[in-house]
Amino acid sequence: MGRVFIDLLRFNRQFASGVVLLSAITLFALLSFFSPYPPNDSYVVPPDMPPSWSHLMGTTSRGQDLFWLLTFALRNTLIFGIVVAAISRLLALVIGLVAGYSGGLVDRALMSINDTFIVIPLFPILVLFYFVMKDHMSWGLLALMMACLGWAYDARLIRSVALSLRTREFTETGIFSGMSMRRILVEEHLPYVLPIVFSTTMNNINWSIGLEVTLSVLGFTDINTPTVGVLIYWANQHTALVAGIWWWIFFPVLLVILTFIGLFLLAVSMNEHIDPRSRLGRSEG
Amino acid sequence: MTARGMTAPALEVSGLRAYYRTSAFGIRREVRAVDDVDLRVEAGEIYGLAGESSCGKTTLIKTIANAIQPPLEVLAGSVVFNFKDHRVDMHRVGRDELRDIRWKRLSYIMQGSMNVLNPVRRVRHAFVDFAFRHIGKSKAEFLDIVGAHLHRLHLAPDVLEAYPHQLSGGMRQRVTIALATVCRPEFIIADEPTTALDVVVQKGVLAMIHSVQRELGSSVIFVTHDMAVHANLTDRLGIMYGGRLVEEGRTADVFRRPRHPYTAHLIASLPRLGDTAPKEGLTGAPPNLADPPSGCRFHPRCPLASDLCRREVPPMTEVAPGHRTACFHSDRVAPP
Amino acid sequence: MKDYLVYLLSRLGQFALVVFIGINIAFIVTHATPIDPVEQSIAAATQFGSTSPEAIALMRQSLKELYGLEGDLAEQYASFWRRVALGDFGPSLSAFPTPVSVLIGRALPWTVSLLVISTVLTWVLGNLLGGLAGYYRRNRTLRFAGLLAMAFHPIPYYIVAFLLLIVFGYLWPVLPISGGYKMNMARDWSWEFIGSLLSHGILPVCSLALVGLGGWFMGMRSLVSNIVTEDYVTYAELGGVKRGRILGSYVMRNALVPQVTGLAMSLGAIFNGAIITEQVFGYPGVGTLLVSAVHVGDYSLVLGITTVSIVAVSLAVLLIDLLYPLLDPRVKAR
Repeated sequence: MGRVFIDLLRFNRQFASGVVLLSAITLFALLSFFSPYPPNDSYVVPPDMPPSWSHLMGTTSRGQDLFWLLTFALRNTLIFGIVVAAISRLLALVIGLVAGYSGGLVDRALMSINDTFIVIPLFPILVLFYFVMKDHMSWGLLALMMACLGWAYDARLIRSVALSLRTREFTETGIFSGMSMRRILVEEHLPYVLPIVFSTTMNNINWSIGLEVTLSVLGFTDINTPTVGVLIYWANQHTALVAGIWWWIFFPVLLVILTFIGLFLLAVSMNEHIDPRSRLGRSEG
Repeated sequence: MTARGMTAPALEVSGLRAYYRTSAFGIRREVRAVDDVDLRVEAGEIYGLAGESSCGKTTLIKTIANAIQPPLEVLAGSVVFNFKDHRVDMHRVGRDELRDIRWKRLSYIMQGSMNVLNPVRRVRHAFVDFAFRHIGKSKAEFLDIVGAHLHRLHLAPDVLEAYPHQLSGGMRQRVTIALATVCRPEFIIADEPTTALDVVVQKGVLAMIHSVQRELGSSVIFVTHDMAVHANLTDRLGIMYGGRLVEEGRTADVFRRPRHPYTAHLIASLPRLGDTAPKEGLTGAPPNLADPPSGCRFHPRCPLASDLCRREVPPMTEVAPGHRTACFHSDRVAPP
Repeated sequence: MKDYLVYLLSRLGQFALVVFIGINIAFIVTHATPIDPVEQSIAAATQFGSTSPEAIALMRQSLKELYGLEGDLAEQYASFWRRVALGDFGPSLSAFPTPVSVLIGRALPWTVSLLVISTVLTWVLGNLLGGLAGYYRRNRTLRFAGLLAMAFHPIPYYIVAFLLLIVFGYLWPVLPISGGYKMNMARDWSWEFIGSLLSHGILPVCSLALVGLGGWFMGMRSLVSNIVTEDYVTYAELGGVKRGRILGSYVMRNALVPQVTGLAMSLGAIFNGAIITEQVFGYPGVGTLLVSAVHVGDYSLVLGITTVSIVAVSLAVLLIDLLYPLLDPRVKAR
């Protein structure tokens, strides 16, 4: 798997760009540990100042340095996305692998349920969730909720990989030559399953961050923890655009878009790599 | 029908070289699928092409039919068809002219009847797409012609209204043969048309091909690894190994007295009535065409191999009238 | 024919399952929380000033009726399903006494028309461009178009809508950014009205399209580049079939089949996107209604919208499922 990464990094421009973007974003988020201002304090610096050398991204109407605030916001948003992706990986893997390897009735039953979760529109349900939780809404709870609702699409992808692995010749060869099931799974199948898990994780992080930003901007989450969405929420509350404080909107939006594109590039390049026909296609330039 | 040797051969392949060239992750590979092949197919004859899988037969056929897609590239040589009224150099002719001769003069029966018809359209559409423009009459008359053609080949006309997945494998193959012959082409390329069919169906399909060929007088290249089919159907036979043509002659001659160790082995592996001796497999594996052996490509597995074989590529030489082989030790090949 | 009937039944079964699970989720979400919406509403209502205990008890009773929260869990479950079946969620708290169903009924056509127009546009255009890009792999314009589409695709609907709002609302205000039509205009079918409808719809539709195009483009492009290597395409080329015909009847037609399945699967996400986008542009559909309902604390309305969303999307998916065999004759009972 490591070799695959290195190959992709060297020869696949999309993958390399994705890695660069994401590293930059992660680095930025890590800067939060060096912030001179605690994230929830307000009026520590003069408000509404445009970007300058002392305040690289300007300051907000609440007297916060946008640069350092954004490091926290990005960090929290990223952590949220990763947590949701991690929990939903568990669900997606379990359901996808069980369905793919079992086949038959188990597969059909699981897929019926799976397709249900794909069809149901999640946004109204999450809004409903917020509505009944109101101030008791916590990030952990939201992450759990989203993970429990957002595994379906990826489970289906993992299932199709498992399905094709189960019926491929080298699996039967392995079984007939006496390899234990565990060895087959780890040595033969894992190299195929890992890339799809990787790309679905990237997509899932994108999805969950996207949903978090959307919910937060509408004020449907805990608006006292700085995340990218919450930042934009407060900017809107203070009518930043109309008041001409464009940097309050610009920088969060810019950074979060870079995050989305970075994750997307990683997912797409990994997907292309998995499909051997498209891999060969790229060799013609 | 036509005296052989008096008229130009229906197909002339000279010095054909076609490789697959890929470049991925900084690694360049060149698979030498067809290497310096010369052959001729005379008008009205069935020429068989034999050899094991991945010996280059299918690539040769694709190159002859000009069905070339990257990463396949033609590096040298020519493929010339001598049709009744004009000569076509397949790789130098323009796309429109190529389209004109496709199906009208040159048709193709493809390997694997599973998938050659558009799965979301009825069979009728395939006939319209492939043949209507050549027959030139009105739609109604065209469908009549198709119906008569199917009838002659003992196919029910309602097969036209079916979807491909509703037909059995054998049925699909016979429909494909009907499709390939509806325009009465002068040259038919048949690539493994009976592989993946059971023996009974195979017999029917072969009979169909034989009778169609006799009726139309077309020349045929028939590709299959099944030597028994060659014995029954073809007039002349060419054997391919490792991307090269290693033996060629009249089928009866080749079977009675093969002149290349590989051919001898292929024929010896055919079961014969009363023959109870155990069959021995060849040692070794087919050559890796990305890195083929030096000299004669068969030498790693050849019981007659000598130093000369390892150093130099044996040229195709005529060892008997109409019988060529590429082997330095062809006289030492034991008759079966 | 029998095959189709079996297929029809299985699709209806799936529809029923989706609605069942969806409504159950809604029920669980609203009833598994420690917060009692009745107490919440009472707290909100009695914030400013004192109310007598009798009044509060009366409020509690009527709110319980309103919200369908009388009786024990089993009774609440039953009354929940009854409301869904009848489509009656009681009166809206914020627009008392207008029934929730009326409010939703007014908003739904806007959402549906926005959805239909933008989805059809995006799906058709995305597939067309993607198909061409997959077939003509070296064409520069197509490659560039693809890059553009893919740049927007990972960005969530809200941000794209927001960006469009900024661009066309502040930087270059040529398009209206709020409402479904010009305020106070007469709602007759005059050209003026229709023109206003269209101009107000442009931004929401474009916003949805920008995000969606990339997905269809990429999917179709990869499908087509795989299909091009299929035997039946190679055979058609060997048969000298006209290029346009190969592209249309052999390649695209086959690639569209999984894309239709993909459409059915994406409807939930597209619906999400539509109601989010509506909210940004103040488009008078279900999305705007939902957000304002939350802000006002209108429990029945939020619940009603959630329920209707689930049923509507499931219905749309069912419709697509039923039309699917027309495209793919190989469909047997699954």
